Amino acid sequence: MLGFIIKRSLLLIPVFFAASIVAFLLIHLVPGDPVDSLLTVGSPPEQRQILTERYGLDKPLVVQYGIWIWGVLQGDLGTAIIMRRPVADLMADALPHSIALGASAFIFYTVIGVSLGVTAAIFRDRWPDRAIMTGVLFGSTLPSFWLGLLLMLVFSVWLGWLPVSGARGASSLVLPVLTIGLGGTALVARITRVAMVETQRKDFVMLLHAKGMHPLRIQLLRVLHHALIPVVTILALRIGFVLGGAITVEVVFARPGIGTLLIRGIMQHDYPVVQACLLMLSTAVILGTFLGDVLQALMDPRARASLT
Amino acid sequence: MMRWIAPFRSAFGRPMGSVAGGWLVFLIAVAVLAPVLTPYDYDVQNLANAKMPPDAAHWMGTDEFGRDLLTRILYGARTSLTVSTVSIGLSLMAGLTLGAAAAYFGGWFDRVVTTVVDLTWSFPEILIALILVAIIGPGTTGTMVAIAVAYLAQFTRLTRAQILSLKSETYIEAARSLGASHKHLLFRHLIPNALAPVLVAAMLATGDAIILEATLGFFGLGAQPPTPSWGAMMSSGAAQLFSAPWIILLPGLALTLTVIAINLFGDALISALDIRTKLRDA
Repeated sequence: MLGFIIKRSLLLIPVFFAASIVAFLLIHLVPGDPVDSLLTVGSPPEQRQILTERYGLDKPLVVQYGIWIWGVLQGDLGTAIIMRRPVADLMADALPHSIALGASAFIFYTVIGVSLGVTAAIFRDRWPDRAIMTGVLFGSTLPSFWLGLLLMLVFSVWLGWLPVSGARGASSLVLPVLTIGLGGTALVARITRVAMVETQRKDFVMLLHAKGMHPLRIQLLRVLHHALIPVVTILALRIGFVLGGAITVEVVFARPGIGTLLIRGIMQHDYPVVQACLLMLSTAVILGTFLGDVLQALMDPRARASLT
Repeated sequence: MMRWIAPFRSAFGRPMGSVAGGWLVFLIAVAVLAPVLTPYDYDVQNLANAKMPPDAAHWMGTDEFGRDLLTRILYGARTSLTVSTVSIGLSLMAGLTLGAAAAYFGGWFDRVVTTVVDLTWSFPEILIALILVAIIGPGTTGTMVAIAVAYLAQFTRLTRAQILSLKSETYIEAARSLGASHKHLLFRHLIPNALAPVLVAAMLATGDAIILEATLGFFGLGAQPPTPSWGAMMSSGAAQLFSAPWIILLPGLALTLTVIAINLFGDALISALDIRTKLRDA
């Protein structure tokens, strides 16, 4: 097991560097550069050259990447060109908001999704199953920005129960969490149901029935235990998307966070900000995948053999 | 030809499939016939008539510039349907080629393709699309390319998995021992047999592409005015949420119904073709 973890974590290194190259290149491919935003109309061409040199934008891309990644490895994310603050500070301001939203939504859809999936599987092909699966279909197809605006309309405008937008206090978290949570619930419920239904057909479950164990005990203790492997794996993968999955919702509810910071950075061509945000989001996904693989290997000995 | 019509007929024969398929056929028809169906122009502003709730003259009310909302939703359907089908079509063709080549030839090419595909999976689709639109420039073309690239990984992965499992079948071995060329094996045997699950995945992805197109439109990066698009309509409607909620509710409803219909019809097709397990394995 330890061997698996070591081998698997060594694989993280090349993937991290590949992701950092993508994060760096993407924003440099966008036409225009940050100096455009800094210059006022009619400023002399020398001004442009001074600024370009000051931010090292005149050097070849490879050199720029080298300087950036060397800094990152030493914990220095650089300074935002347009926002004129250390990127680390900007991230430190934004991250708590994104984590609060992402983590609450994650807990919400894990708990509700697994419960719904288990209920649907226990009542397979009867009305509770059909009702839940219809709900799941709607939940997975609603576009998140529309769902967000819909919830805003009902709970903030018509009922006046919750704040429309912003990030003041826990009450402003409710609607964004619901918006992300409903889509996530659909996914988790569907996977849980499929895994449960597949396990129900296994020989050992039939044996338990034959031995006269109470059907509900079989479902909740044995079938669920066995079915949790794929569910936990998918949930671990989703952890990585907790930050990146909230971009649209952050914009709709005007919440400060990594998503809004990233979009602002893209619009202003603020290279260091965009690079740092992208690197952070992809690192989260890479670590989530790692966690998923390790958990799967812990729970399922067959998976350990796949990486040799 | 019958091979491809039969599953559709069977899907239409199922209750859910017929309702969903019916809605899609209806939507395509009204989108095509939009200029004949509505007496209004989608882009003539009439500020005196702004933000009128639905009534006999304007069945779905008017937007903040006094334009008939139903007309704009019909023309918006054109944008949504064209952008999503063209982009998924592009993505599908590229994904089929890359996935089939990677699985068939293996070696370093396979390793490069798999690595790149896995790498793009570590960014959410909306993020890839957002940055690509920023690179290409906002508008219909940018949106199409962005969506196509965002879904490329999915099709490549699925095709690769299908071809890999087919490659070791006895009939392939038989064809190869009879001296069949790479081209013959790929285009006559492997790709046609791998096609069904990939096409259904493409159909389901079209639903996601409609949402992605609307999301880009919502950020102001999709089809540019005066071209109506559901996402852009909702984005300008967001400011009118308090005074004229129908501006945002109705385009969103049209979009949601369409995406649900695509999913239901796709599901009916999966049952008709009996490929549920193949789709899950990839």
